Amino acid sequence: MAKDGLTEFRLIGTRPDRPDGLDKVTGRARYGADFALPGMLFGAVVRSPHAHARIVRIDTSRALALEGVKAVVTRADLPDGLEGEDWDLQENTLAGDRALYDGHAVAAVAATSRLLAEEAARLIEVDYEVLPHVIDVDDAIRPDAPVIRQGAADASVPEGMPPNVVRYMEFGHGDIEAGFAEADIVRERSYRTEAAHQGYIEPHACVGQLGADGAGEMWVCTQGQWYIRRMCAAVLGLETAQLRVTPSEIGGGFGGKTTIFMEPLSLALSRKAGGRPVKIVMSRAEVLRATGPTASASMDVRIGMKKDGTITAARAEFRMQGGAFPGAPVDMALYCAFAPYKLPAVQHIGYDVLANRPKCAAYRAPGSPMGAFAVESLLDEMCRELGIDPVEMRLTNAVREGDRASYGPTFGSIGLVEVLEAAKGHPNMAAPLGPNQGRGIASGYWFNHSGETSVSMAISEDGTAQVSVGTPDIGGSRASIALMVAERLGIPYEDVRVNVVETGALGVNEPTHGSRATFASGKAAVVAAEQAIAEMCRRAAAEWGIDAEAVEWVDGAAQPAGPNAGRFPPMTIAEIAGKMGQTGGPISGHHEGLPEGVGASFGAHVVDVEVDPETGRVTILRYVVVQDAGRAIHPAYVEGQYQGGAVQGIGWALNEEYVYDDRGRLANPAFLDYRVPVASDLPMIDTVIVEVPNPGHPYGVRGVGETGITPPLPAIANAIEDAVGVRLTHLPMSPSKVLAALKGRG
Amino acid sequence: MATVQLWSSLTRFTDGARAVEVPGATVAEALDNLVKAHPGLDPILRGGVSVVIDGEMIPNRHAEIAPDAELFLMQRLKGG
Repeated sequence: MAKDGLTEFRLIGTRPDRPDGLDKVTGRARYGADFALPGMLFGAVVRSPHAHARIVRIDTSRALALEGVKAVVTRADLPDGLEGEDWDLQENTLAGDRALYDGHAVAAVAATSRLLAEEAARLIEVDYEVLPHVIDVDDAIRPDAPVIRQGAADASVPEGMPPNVVRYMEFGHGDIEAGFAEADIVRERSYRTEAAHQGYIEPHACVGQLGADGAGEMWVCTQGQWYIRRMCAAVLGLETAQLRVTPSEIGGGFGGKTTIFMEPLSLALSRKAGGRPVKIVMSRAEVLRATGPTASASMDVRIGMKKDGTITAARAEFRMQGGAFPGAPVDMALYCAFAPYKLPAVQHIGYDVLANRPKCAAYRAPGSPMGAFAVESLLDEMCRELGIDPVEMRLTNAVREGDRASYGPTFGSIGLVEVLEAAKGHPNMAAPLGPNQGRGIASGYWFNHSGETSVSMAISEDGTAQVSVGTPDIGGSRASIALMVAERLGIPYEDVRVNVVETGALGVNEPTHGSRATFASGKAAVVAAEQAIAEMCRRAAAEWGIDAEAVEWVDGAAQPAGPNAGRFPPMTIAEIAGKMGQTGGPISGHHEGLPEGVGASFGAHVVDVEVDPETGRVTILRYVVVQDAGRAIHPAYVEGQYQGGAVQGIGWALNEEYVYDDRGRLANPAFLDYRVPVASDLPMIDTVIVEVPNPGHPYGVRGVGETGITPPLPAIANAIEDAVGVRLTHLPMSPSKVLAALKGRG
Repeated sequence: MATVQLWSSLTRFTDGARAVEVPGATVAEALDNLVKAHPGLDPILRGGVSVVIDGEMIPNRHAEIAPDAELFLMQRLKGG
């Protein structure tokens, strides 16, 4: 389905075996918890049982008296004077004078075994003075709400706002009131989404070692080893370059492993234990209580529409809590909410609010699913009211290249129309529906991202190639980058090995986030390959005694560019590499920078559901993801990203939520009670890869990891209304909520 | 002169202006001149913003810009 339809590739678009497949199916892959070192200690963390409490006293004496306990750290062991985001990270690593949420780390201990460390943690006595707490975002901005932290607001917050509002934003364009006046109908609704966890299978795990000289190492499961290095160095007051961080294989991240949680504790404990390495592996309960879920949201949306489906004006006011620290993705939610639509007038208002919950972390298209839930739900209701086909309404208002985005800038090459047309023509759209069955459609958007990127590539003596990247592989980037490099070098895919390397091996890389790895590291790797090709052409030219400019690279070999350059048989990469020790030394390429040319990705999902009127249970009957990949380098991985995003969105829509008791304690910190979808819950997720190549990437890559989680929330709500005529506006749409709505309908 | 488009809640730092014309041959020069003209924006810019020019995010402060470039300031973008 390539838009240009002209370019033929040897490897791009094929589906070779994944390079990490054998390691993973045989158990050979080394995850964070698999690392062990001689003399290693084990760490355990003492966590607050209160949502909000003053820490009156911490007595570590009984723990330290236990044989085998080697170190205890509290906030007193960390440096003072941090500001801004660094202070937030430190405060979240270990509470200062107050515990700010259930599960907030208060102290940590290292001992010679894990059991001993856990026993010692139980012996650390913490006296708390329990304070009033607030969990809900709307409660947190009431005048009488407990104040999480005075003075936490940044300069964006006007005077007079409630103290738990820490960021405020307002943006838009056009005459909003004139737009509403022009509409045939104007509708307004409020929506709520609950916090959902990224739900990675592998818990956070690390081994940290730090000497008295301030030099240290860490082995850790992370999406970004340089972020871990910088953040740990900031929290502990270390020189960044003295810390070497090696990423493990990663068992899921979805944004939740782009920051630190207990990692600095392993280093702090190691330093106090004379430099012995300290391993910390979180339990599932710790992951759910103390690592970033996404925010919860309360949202008001108002939309004006003409009878033909044209949107005349739109307004969104979103309030999100991201825990006890700034950072709820309300900005991203607003940017993405109306992004699929060309709007003459739009207004966005956002509040980032503090509450007594864990510090939120990025989660796959941070904010976008919430915004889509509100906007795509209301649009669907309005289409039903006006008797308009929801796909046609979306095509009528769809943004195209050159249109001004709802959030301001002008779109470059985008593929929303192609996506909607593909969805419209999919066989699922014509599948018959039975009683209590319904169909829903929704669109979704994510910007995609680039960021600091550094890549090296070296030709081996036999003409194979090794690529060193700094972006951990969370979705197939090693295979995709190997395909691109092999394509450019003209050698087999199997001759390229891509390694995710430690912080000492490359310049600073941003994490694998923002769907950037295949775009940014891939683009840099292609440049590195081209540098190596240029050098190999020079080596061949020198052998032949002709100008390097007269040599070209074709099918993995140097050859004269034309008859005037001379008659020489092609010199293969293996021949050139075999002589490199005698022709100038190693042949490699290296590229670093801030790759430009990011291409945004739109998607549309179509879901069929059946609602059990007796129980309220919603069953997914059919599901298809349609999304613009730019170009699918390894289509199987792209399909996997589409399916994974859809499944996480389905879980968020139907099951997943953080449930707090009246004391502000998380009531469901286990997968039995925090229920993510499993294979038996779902049908096969169908996928359609639309390819509108991104002109900013040599092979047209856009990035595909995040858009897919955005449409499921509203698509399922729309399908439920189609099935049984009730509109749910509060996630998750659990059986009890669906049943209550059905009963309310009478 | 380049035009810097601000999100509207920043207009309290710019005497109500949503778009501010500033001289500058690079992103950095334009933003520095923006802060010189409206110092209240300094903490916002130091806190981190994303700059979008002609529809594309430009992370490099030293990127050259056209004399009539339109710079959109957005909240710092990140992903999962």
